[in-house]
This record gives sequence, C-alpha cells and structure tokens, in this order.
Amino acid sequence: MNIIGLLAQLFAIALALFLAPLLTGWVNQCRAWLQSRTAPPLLQPYYMLHKLFNKDVVLAHGASSLFRFAPFIVFGCMVLACAIVPTLSTDLPFAPAADTIALVGVFGLARIFIALAAMDVGTSFGSLGGRREMLIGFLAEPALLMVIFTTALISQSTSVATIVETLAQREFAIYPSLAFAGVAFTFVSFAENARVPVDNPATHLELTMIHEAMILEYSGRHLALLEWAASLKLYAYSCLGLALFFPWGIPNGDSFPALLAAIPLLVFKLAIGGSLLAIIETVNAKMRIFRAPEYLGTAFLLAVLGLLVRLLLETRV
Amino acid sequence: MSDLLSIDALLIAACAWFAIGLAGLLAPRETHFVSKFLFPAGALVGLLAGVVALNFLGQAPQVAVLAIGLPDLPFHLRLDNLTAIFAMLIGFVSVGISIFGAGYFREGEGTAPGLLCLEYHLFLASMLMVLLADDAYAFMVAWESMALSSFFLVTTNHQHAEIRRAGFLYLLIAHVGAIAILLSFGVMTGGAGDYRFDGMRAQQLSPFWSSAAYLLALFGFGAKAGLLPVHVWLPEAHPAAPSPVSAMMSGVMLKTAIYGLLRVSFDLLHTPLWWWGVVALAVGLATALFGVLYSTVQSDMKRLLAYSSIENIGLIAVAIGLALIFHAYRMEALAALAMTAVLYHCLAHAGFKSLLFLATGSVLHATKERSLGKLGGLIHRMPWVAWLALTGVIAGAGLPPLSGFVSEWLLLQGFLFSPGLPHPWLNMVVPVGAALVVLVAALAGFAMVKFFGIIFLGQMREENLKEAHDAGWWERAGLAWLALLTVLLGVLPTTVILRIDAATRQLLGTGLTDRMREHGWWMLAPISPERASYQPLVFLAVIAASVLLGRWLVRHLYHGRVRRTQAWDCGYYFQGPRAQDTAEGFSQPIRRIFEPMFRMERHFPTARDEQPYYSVKVEDHFWHWLYLPVAKLAERMSGLIIRLQGGRIAIYLLYSFLTLIVLLLVARP
Repeated sequence: MNIIGLLAQLFAIALALFLAPLLTGWVNQCRAWLQSRTAPPLLQPYYMLHKLFNKDVVLAHGASSLFRFAPFIVFGCMVLACAIVPTLSTDLPFAPAADTIALVGVFGLARIFIALAAMDVGTSFGSLGGRREMLIGFLAEPALLMVIFTTALISQSTSVATIVETLAQREFAIYPSLAFAGVAFTFVSFAENARVPVDNPATHLELTMIHEAMILEYSGRHLALLEWAASLKLYAYSCLGLALFFPWGIPNGDSFPALLAAIPLLVFKLAIGGSLLAIIETVNAKMRIFRAPEYLGTAFLLAVLGLLVRLLLETRV
Repeated sequence: MSDLLSIDALLIAACAWFAIGLAGLLAPRETHFVSKFLFPAGALVGLLAGVVALNFLGQAPQVAVLAIGLPDLPFHLRLDNLTAIFAMLIGFVSVGISIFGAGYFREGEGTAPGLLCLEYHLFLASMLMVLLADDAYAFMVAWESMALSSFFLVTTNHQHAEIRRAGFLYLLIAHVGAIAILLSFGVMTGGAGDYRFDGMRAQQLSPFWSSAAYLLALFGFGAKAGLLPVHVWLPEAHPAAPSPVSAMMSGVMLKTAIYGLLRVSFDLLHTPLWWWGVVALAVGLATALFGVLYSTVQSDMKRLLAYSSIENIGLIAVAIGLALIFHAYRMEALAALAMTAVLYHCLAHAGFKSLLFLATGSVLHATKERSLGKLGGLIHRMPWVAWLALTGVIAGAGLPPLSGFVSEWLLLQGFLFSPGLPHPWLNMVVPVGAALVVLVAALAGFAMVKFFGIIFLGQMREENLKEAHDAGWWERAGLAWLALLTVLLGVLPTTVILRIDAATRQLLGTGLTDRMREHGWWMLAPISPERASYQPLVFLAVIAASVLLGRWLVRHLYHGRVRRTQAWDCGYYFQGPRAQDTAEGFSQPIRRIFEPMFRMERHFPTARDEQPYYSVKVEDHFWHWLYLPVAKLAERMSGLIIRLQGGRIAIYLLYSFLTLIVLLLVARP
C-alpha cells in the first residue's frame, strides 16, 4: 500500500460521495420526464442534503442512543461499500479488505442497523418497516449470492477486482451464464435499493412502503446521512453491476491520468444505467408486499439457472 | 511449566473444578460464599485451562493412564490438537459464564446454591474429561456424567411441572443418543474387544461396518447437538434451565457433541466415503433451515435462542459434510478450508450464543419476564446489557466484522470449490446448498433483529418494566468477557486460524497455514489473495473512520442542535406501546411465506365478534410426525406387556418355572 494508492483510493471515495446524489438526481429527473412531469433540478439532492444538515434534529422522546448512532454506521457501511467496488481502477488498497461475499455482509450490517433504528422509537410504522426490510433482505441475499457464485466461477475468484480484471482485461469471451446472472442481479438490486416493483421511494405514508417507513422518525442531519447513504447504496449497486457485467474501461492501475480518464466513461455508464432504471420504474407498478417472494424467487431461479448454465455448458468446452 | 505436561495441567483443572463443586457442599445455603468465592475460583480455573490448551496447540499428543475405572480397564487419556481446541473453548467460554454466575445465582431459586455449584462444576469437569478420554469406557463415563449433571442443572427450578417435563425429555433423548454412541464404539472395535481409541484406529473395517459406525455416531452425537429429528429437547430444556446453564449447554456442551462427531468421522474412521458427507450436509441444511425458521417465530426469548442454536449446529454440520466430501475425494486443501470453518464456527457460536443467553438471564432477573410480548425499551434501563448483547446479535446474524461472519465466509468459500468435485451430479447440487446457507444466515439476521429490537428497543410494553435495573458488575464483567471474545474472533481471524490449524492438520494431514503465512496477519486469504480475501481490521477501520469523520464534519460544518418531542402519530391520537409490533406480528411474514413448515393453530376474530381475540400457536411438525406416534407405540407395547404383569407372586413364580422348563428343553446336551 503506497501513498499514491491511498490517495487514489481516497479520490475514488470522494468521487463516490460526490456522484451518488447526482445519480439519484439524474434518476429522478429521467423519471419525471417519462411521467410528463416537470423535472426537479439535477442538483436537487444536494440542496436537500444542505437543507437537512442545517435543520435541527427533532428526536422522539423514546429515541435511544442507538437511534442517533445508526445513521453514522449506515453511512460508514456505504462508504466502505463504495471503496470496495472498483469504479475507476481495479488496483486500490482497500479492495482486498472485502470480497463480494463480505460486500453482501456490509450491506447486511447497514440493513440490521437501520432496521433496529426503525424499531427504536416504538411506533407501528417503524417496526413495520423494519420487519419488511428484513423480509426483503433474506429473500434477496440468496439470489445475490448465486449471482456472485456464477461470476466467481468464471473468474475463479470472489474478489471484485479479480472478477473485473478477468472479464475486462483478458481475451474476450461471451458467457451465456452472465446473461442470466445479470437479469437476476437487476431484479435483486431493484429490491435492495427500495425501487419500484418492491418499494416506492416517492411515497410517504402508504401502507406498502418499506424504506420510507423505517426512516420516518428521522430528521435533520440524521435524515441527511440516511438519504446520502441510500444514494451511496444505489451508486455502489450500480457500480457493482457495471463491474460484474460491463467491466470494460476500468483501468488496472493507480496513476492519476488513468483514473481521470476513467471518469467520463464511468459517468456515461452510470447515466445510461440510471435512465434504464427510471424506465423500468416507470413501466412497472408497485407490487403487494407478498408478491415480493415470487419476484425475488424468480431472481433466485434465474441466478441458479445461470450457475447451472455455467457448470453444464461452459466448463465442458 | 516446562516439566508439567499440559495433559496433567488439564487434569488438575478438571480435579480443581470437581473440588470447587464439592466445596459448595460444605455450605450449601451460604449464597455469598458460593457465588462470590467459588464461582470466581471456577472462572480462574477455566482461564488456566484455556491458556494451557491454547499453549499446547501445535505440539505432539500427550497420553496418560489413570488407574481408576474397572480393574483391568483403566482410564486412558490423551491430549491432542483436536482436544485442545475444544478444551480451549470450554476454558475461555466458561470464564465468562462463571463470572456472570457469580452475580446471577441467588437465594430462593430452586436448588440450593451449594448443590448448584457442585452440579455446575461437575458439568464443567465432565465436559473436559469427555475431550480427554482416549477409550470408549472413559468416554462414556464422562459423557454420562455430563448428561446427568446437566439434567440436574436443567431441573434447578424443579417445582414447576413443565420444567420437570423438559428435564425428562432431555434425559430421554440424551440416553437414546448415548446408546447409539455406545453401539458405534462397539462397531468400531470390530469385535477385537479393544476399547482404546488406538485400537479402533487400527481396525480396518469394511465399508458396510464403517458406514454403520458413522451413521450411529451421527445419530448419537446429533441427539446431543440437536440435529434433526432429535432436536426437540433443545427448545424445551434451554428455557427451563437458569440462564448461565443455558449458556453453558448451548455454547459449550453442544460443541462436545461436535467434537465427538469429528473424532469419530475423521480420526477413528479414517477413510470416509463420499456419501457420508452428503448425509451430513443434507441433515445440516435441513436442521439449519428448520432451526432458523422456528427461531424467527418464537415468542419466548430463550426459546428463540435455543432454535437459533439448532440453526448454528446445522451450519456446523453442513461444514462437516463439506469437509467429509472433500476429504473422501482426497482434496485435502479444500477439506482443510471446510474444517477450519467447522472449528471457527464452534468457537464463534460458543462465544456469541453464551453472551446472548446470559443477556436473557439479566433481562429475566430485571423484569421477571421471558415473553417477548411483555418486554421492550430496555435499552433505556439496561444500557450495559443492551450494548453488549448487540455485539452478540451482530455476530449471531453472521455479519462482519464480528465472529459469526468469519466462519460463514470460510464456509461459503468452501462451497465455491464444490463445482470441482469429481462426481457426476454432486458438483451441480452442492453449490446450490450455498444459497440455502445464505438464506439461513439472512433469516438469522431477521431472528436477531427481532430478538434485540423487541427486547431492548421501542417503548416498554408493560408498566413494570420501568422498574427494571441494569445488571450488576459481576454480570457485566461476564458479558463483557464474552463480547470481547466475539470481537477478537471477528477481527483477528488469521491469528486464530494459525492456531487452530494444528487440529485441521492433525485430522486431514494438511492445513491452511502454509499459504496464509505469506500474507500479513491482518489479511485472511485461505487460498490466495487474488482468489478471495477479507481484512476485518481494514473493514472496521474504514467504517470507524467514516463514522468519526462524518460526525466531526457534521458537527463542525453545521451544528449539533437536538430537540425532543413526541413521536409522529400519523394523525391518530392513540399511539401507545400497543401500537408496536408484537413478537408474533414481527414474524408474520415468515409464517405466511413458509406456512407449510409450521404446524399452526390460529384463531382470527370475525367482524361480528363481541370480544375479538387473535391467537396463534406454532408447533413443531416433528412432534406430530415422529414423537407422538412413537410415544403411542410405546404406550401400546407397554399395554401389551402389562398383561404379563398381573401383580400376583404366584403368576411370577409360574413364569420362572416355565422359563426353567423351556431352558432345560433348549439347553439339553
């Protein structure tokens, strides 16, 4: 671990912190266009964050120290996730800290804390949101792991950096299994990021909501951190998806020119991904919560199919 | 210490525990003497035993012969690396439990404290002897004294009929298991009559007989560990026992069964067949899924933890299965990976599950309440217990950077290699098992959120919880010790694995350390860093740095103002503690999604009910599928046999006479 590497790593984290709200703003803008609404400014999430940080925190009487502590933990977990997922380079010093399995663990840790914080004040909405979040979590994680297994079998590694290097920088090959895995991953990331077929980020006080129900009691800087963490999660998932399925263009090195050259491509890919996300969200309707097992079960089956395709077809060449 | 052999030191520890137990009998009603003097002394012995075992790791086996036992059959004892791992586990975990016990046991709760002290320390000593035993006879004697002493500990509050019932069930299944273990040893002697483990190792059994021995051992040790379908005693016995005893049974005693299974299947029967592993894997997956599903729907906090123990034992069995499969195909490096997962999960589970059981003990003492539906909001009254329990909860949910995650990570890494198995369909089926493992881990997260959220968070569901008090200093120290173990096992996996690798090496002939030593102590990379790596310290550091930096920046760039007000009531005026999820409500999605897995009796109110009520009762399918039919069969058999037993002496004399005649006819020269 040298100084340049560390600086490159810090640069990647700073870029994530900066780009994540922008990605959320972009998705919101695309969605507004598709739904024939007047779009909010692209920078709206930054204004929101600034406003929320300036506001007082209003705590409920029953809130414990865990409630005040949790947003920082959730934020920290998401920063770590963004540090691990290769965005600009595959050769970053924090990348060996956690492989894809540990990455799932990071998201799990954040999930537990946010669900516990939701239960802390003791309102009916909080515990409802907490339990639903855990429900989505245990349905999504097996599917996500099967996706990871498929990619790991191709590259003989669970380290994200190695997977990207294998797929992007060795000889070009078409893997049918990755198609299945990619669709399954898309399904899972919609569920994990509280997006439309499973949850609706645009509603408040609807009985079907999950993520918004959990953060209902939060205000001020705590809410700002949670919102920021949510956009960081979307950013991390998008980058993970790009890294696993469209890894081309991520350089293997920590020299700053290479890093800077990688930024436009990353922004381009994220913009495409964000608009696709908006399209899928617009053409779908929110499901009932008990349709979620079917939805994520489909994702799981697709991921297992991908794995079997990999084992049956691609290894016996 | 150089001229004192480690095995002697461990024997002295066992004797010291026994002596401490006997000392309790001197003043059975002197609570202060027993709890403030004898239990801390027991903890000290535990610490010494743990340190001795830890230091021994990596050395050559030591043997000893004790001249007690039958005239021509003395006790053979042996200390090797496998024994040392588990002795270390007993030692270190018992430290926390004994310190906690010093503050926990008090006057007027069933058995006299002195007697309890005897049972408790006898239990500890016999567990240590189980590990040291090197012949079937010594093993069974220790095994039985372990079962009996724990039976008396479970029935501490024997004035309640349900506790006596739970104790009886425990004793019954323990003995069914013990018979299977005894038979397994019998098969392994191969008719040679040599009951020393050395003799069993030397036997070359045919595949049929070694399979028979393996299956008997799996059943027998499975009955003690709580594998399906002989798990039913666990959720009954754990809530019945006092919390330190539950912690000891769940954290430590279940691991002696794992030890036995490892000893038999890897050491005594040295050539496993591939399908042994498949059996263990399948049983383990079923057990883990069953355990975690039932643990999410429980309303009693100790029952929830008991089912969670079943789940963890299931995961351990999965890892054993994987190790057996790899071992059978001579893929020793991968078997070593799975074996490390087994040993690591034993250590991790011992730490965090004892911690959680002890925390329920503190809650129980503070509130006199075991039902989740009547707890809530205790983090305000018991911050120490709550924050220490949170450590156990995160580890129990298998999340980084604590101990539960390391073993799960190793297990999943092991699964990733299963497509390389040289078998036509195993390499397809086994990887999908990994998805089940992840499902189990995620469901465990659900159960743990339920456990912590409903006990410690939210509003207090009952008025009397306002008088709850935090645990005393002894209890806090015990909890803190176990939390420390959980954190250390979580953040220093490489250091730990370098130690426990000696046992892996002994069982499989190869270990993980050759490759691991090349990387730094902070990096866990069992195969190679390109393949997979995990650095919990960096992990923790990044999270901690972003938490601290984030907090500092927010405070300095903006402000730290906080106002307190009512929680938002959504326009409804009545938002009391009753509006929160109950324990049943929290697990409703699980009951709905996995409905066929449960046997439920539900009562829903209709629109016209004058006094509407809602109730749900979840029962174990196995009671109705297996246990009740067997009980009925036993009853019918005894109904038939009772006809022979008229109660009149004349008839019995007639039986003896007839038997004599028949014997004379049969045995005619």
